[in-house]
Amino acid sequence: MDVLGNYKSAISARSTDKDITRKSQDGGIITTLFAYALEEGIIDGAIVAGPSDEPWKPEPMVATTKAELLAAAGTRYTISPNLYLIKEATRSYGLDRVGIVGVPCQIQAVRKAQVYPIGMRDVDDKIALALGIYCMENLSYQALEAIVEDHCNQKMESVKKMDIGKGKFTVYTERGAVSQMPLKLIHKYVQPGCHVCLDYVANLADISSGSVGSPDGWSTVFVRSMKGNAVWDGAMAAGLFETQPMDQVKPGLDLVKKLATEKITKNQKHVDERKTIGLKADGTPKGLRNPYESP
Amino acid sequence: MADKISIGELHLSGCTGCLVTIADNYEGLFKLLDDYADLVYALTLVDVRHVPEMDVCLVEGSCCLNDELSVEELKEARAKSKVLVAYGACAAYGNITRFCRGGQWNQPAHESFVPISEVVDVDLYIPSCPPCPQQVRNVAVMAYLLLKGNDEQKQLATAYLTPLMQLAQRGNEACGCDLMYDVINQGLCMGCGTCAGTCPVRAVTMEYGKPNVNRDQCIKCGACYSQCPRSWFNFDVMNNYEGIMGAIKGAMQ
Repeated sequence: MDVLGNYKSAISARSTDKDITRKSQDGGIITTLFAYALEEGIIDGAIVAGPSDEPWKPEPMVATTKAELLAAAGTRYTISPNLYLIKEATRSYGLDRVGIVGVPCQIQAVRKAQVYPIGMRDVDDKIALALGIYCMENLSYQALEAIVEDHCNQKMESVKKMDIGKGKFTVYTERGAVSQMPLKLIHKYVQPGCHVCLDYVANLADISSGSVGSPDGWSTVFVRSMKGNAVWDGAMAAGLFETQPMDQVKPGLDLVKKLATEKITKNQKHVDERKTIGLKADGTPKGLRNPYESP
Repeated sequence: MADKISIGELHLSGCTGCLVTIADNYEGLFKLLDDYADLVYALTLVDVRHVPEMDVCLVEGSCCLNDELSVEELKEARAKSKVLVAYGACAAYGNITRFCRGGQWNQPAHESFVPISEVVDVDLYIPSCPPCPQQVRNVAVMAYLLLKGNDEQKQLATAYLTPLMQLAQRGNEACGCDLMYDVINQGLCMGCGTCAGTCPVRAVTMEYGKPNVNRDQCIKCGACYSQCPRSWFNFDVMNNYEGIMGAIKGAMQ
């Protein structure tokens, strides 16, 4: 399969809703799509990374209104275990049509829960819309704290926005300060589980989106499944997005492809290296588990 | 009729939750029985006293070693079925029967309960307590394709069932600790929350993005580990999720 996965179309897009773009990370694609899906009854609620008591630490939540979606808009560069609520959403919240957003590994988990619903009772046909976000790697909360407070010298609670782009991790504070650090310095903080991930652009999502490949304030969108296609067409017809053809924007799809290839090649190498991490007494290679081969 | 496969449910030491789960497919169960499978043996659902020959035998419950009949019936079921499935956590991993210490009415001597793989060879595991109706349905449809389908369908069914067969090879012990041993300690966890979401007794919570297992609450059902996307993930099957979900939905209509 292509490093970008199967997709029906790739578009550069931006939400036309100013309430959303004021709060969103880039083009506001995910928030706008969920708001549209809620409005149209395509979903009854969406599992998103909502706010918590600690600054910039996301807490999975079920959003059933646009206001709740807006409270969850924007990227926080740390783990939000959204799958935690997937069964709960069909129980305590009683949702028949669940939306869920996640990074590639979480969308993989969603599809595994649908195809192999071992402990995920009554979930498979209730996933109405799975939206994916591009992800190179993720950080634990403590790692993010170290990066923002130790490297960028800003307090977590004073940060207004964090952003990754052009090789830098950038922190914008409420008072207008901008702190940056080179992206390559944060690699040592990445959680180890990310190094075996072979998916950059959420290949299994209905629609996936991220900033890479599009101009500032815009997002690159892959429409992947039949369901995703129907939702995207509906949102377009409702005038919720302005779009540009992918081949007419800079830096374009080539950059997405380049980063996807880099991630997958590097991580495949890591998966392969795990096979021979040590030596057995007889000198043969001793390996670690390969999650893609067998349990 | 002739094209159907035969399925039975052997009930050992379990709570009957797995049997109820089969029925929880509701109209789907009738569809399965109309078109794909004959239920040839099952407590309360089929009036057959002795274990018959069958294609697939779902075994519910663990095996009580102090109960001669249980041991004999399990061995007989193994001999008479093409595919033997440890259906549910008790059969696969022991589940709550791991905590038995006997002394209960009305057979106080019954105190030794083992997962069925300690007595007979098991081909396939369906973990969790109880397993999901949809998972049983998927396995039933795939077993049908494996035994009665064309070459392409056989290939799909084999790919689909392989990880569940590998679980049977992996061993007969599972609990939340497996997340620690085989996922976190192995540097594979990325904090998606699946384990906490799937746990039937809410023994798993997410602390700073990683699972924390309350061992006093864990019932050893294996759901968290087998549902974890980093315990196993088969790209060939999962990348075709739209096709597979569509095929199963189509088969059930």
